[in-house]
Amino acid sequence: MIELFTWVQVAVAVVAGLFCLVLGLLGRQPNDYSLGATLLVEVLLVVQLVVALIAPFAGNPPSGSLPEFYIYLISALLLPPLAGFWALLERNRWATVVLGVICLAVAVMVYRMYQIWVFQVA
Amino acid sequence: MAVNSSPRPVRTKSLGIGRVLVVVYGILALAATGRSVFQIMDRFAEAPLAFSLSAISAVVYIVATIALVAPGANWYAVARLTIWFELVGVLVVGTISLAAPGLLGLNSTNPFGRESTVWSAYGLGYLLIPLVLPVLGLLYLRTRRPAAGATDDAA
Repeated sequence: MIELFTWVQVAVAVVAGLFCLVLGLLGRQPNDYSLGATLLVEVLLVVQLVVALIAPFAGNPPSGSLPEFYIYLISALLLPPLAGFWALLERNRWATVVLGVICLAVAVMVYRMYQIWVFQVA
Repeated sequence: MAVNSSPRPVRTKSLGIGRVLVVVYGILALAATGRSVFQIMDRFAEAPLAFSLSAISAVVYIVATIALVAPGANWYAVARLTIWFELVGVLVVGTISLAAPGLLGLNSTNPFGRESTVWSAYGLGYLLIPLVLPVLGLLYLRTRRPAAGATDDAA
């Protein structure tokens, strides 16, 4: 796990989440901006997955439980696509709020992954 | 003779803001399930009672999520029951986890620790969402009470 990248990822997910929440509460349907922000969150999760797969072989092993880490990572990877499908099926303001809630949940989950990788004692 | 078959307005419990509630319930169900499955597989012997409660809470969150989405008076009743269960659970287990962690077989009161569950310290490890969500859920259900004598839509 790359610490700086992880913090950037948490920050992006928080900003994307707040952005979608505000758009949704203003009554906007899911649009290119809110869906794009959610897509960016998902792309960063895929990058995190690649990093996590390589890191233990590059002298960067997790201090905590790797299975627990992957439960979080795989769950997190599933959330933005589900919210995205919802947003495409049901185009109203609440779908945009849902995108925001999902992005914030991903932020929390990435932070938990960081705790597991860096601080948790296995 | 013709039965009036004009479509009734569809009663569904998940409209508007309710959808957001359902999503948050879904995330919590996912979080509680993932954590309890892992704890039970990895270290059940450390705190069997706490981890069993954790698994029960996970199942209840899943049922509550489904019940909030599914239509009909029966599911409404299930939603009410499961959400009340959660509220009582988070209050009782939350209190015990802080006041007498030993009763649950817990060695620490740390809500972020390796033995913590979704209800430990009133759900502090989950931003207190487990404490707030049942209240919001019950308030939401009150606004969507099915008409008296209503039966399942399948009728």
